[in-house]
Amino acid sequence: MSAVIIYTAVAIAQFMLVVAMAIAAIRMFRGPRAQDRIIGLDTIYINAMLLLVTFGIGTGRVIYFEAALVIGLLGFVSTVALAKFLMRGEVIE
Amino acid sequence: MIYPAVDLSLPVAFAVAFFLLVGAALALIGAIGFLRLPSFYERLHAPALGTSWGIGGIMLASMIYFTAASSRLVIHEILIGIFVTFTTPITFMLLARAALHRDRTARSHGVPRKYPIGPEERPREDDEPQAS
Repeated sequence: MSAVIIYTAVAIAQFMLVVAMAIAAIRMFRGPRAQDRIIGLDTIYINAMLLLVTFGIGTGRVIYFEAALVIGLLGFVSTVALAKFLMRGEVIE
Repeated sequence: MIYPAVDLSLPVAFAVAFFLLVGAALALIGAIGFLRLPSFYERLHAPALGTSWGIGGIMLASMIYFTAASSRLVIHEILIGIFVTFTTPITFMLLARAALHRDRTARSHGVPRKYPIGPEERPREDDEPQAS
């Protein structure tokens, strides 16, 4: 019974997160200016991180946590680099 | 190491399912708001819904699940929570400042001026005192 509850919740949560990623991708492809696209990318990696943690709950493996941590770290660095590029035209001056 | 979900008690399973659904629904609402809000400075606020309680709900669900399934305290998901909580304001502030800078250089409407006083009272460079 508890396995059924958890697997159903995991499936619904994965569906919601995938829809959220698709919506962010729509905004990223359509976005009127460059900063909209960067925030779309930011939303996509946050949702991918949440999706990996949800996979970890569904399969019962701890290994997905490390992938989620790496995605969070690299996504932050990439978003900061892109914002710096928009601001100054160069990443490292 | 695999921790299957078959040997959990019912309250734990309901708690895990509740926090999972809350987190995923908040992430989805944030994404919908990000698609539908009209201007960039309003769109900036919507994904923060997913990065605050979206992250919080799913990390709480993961912590509860692995703590109950492995019958020891597993709270390493709090690392992601703390990290994202610290980094999201930094990235959004940098992006908002970059967008403000770009809008000011493009002279688009609806962007606040850099000086709060009128343009004719703006201090000029040659008003500064001369260095002796």
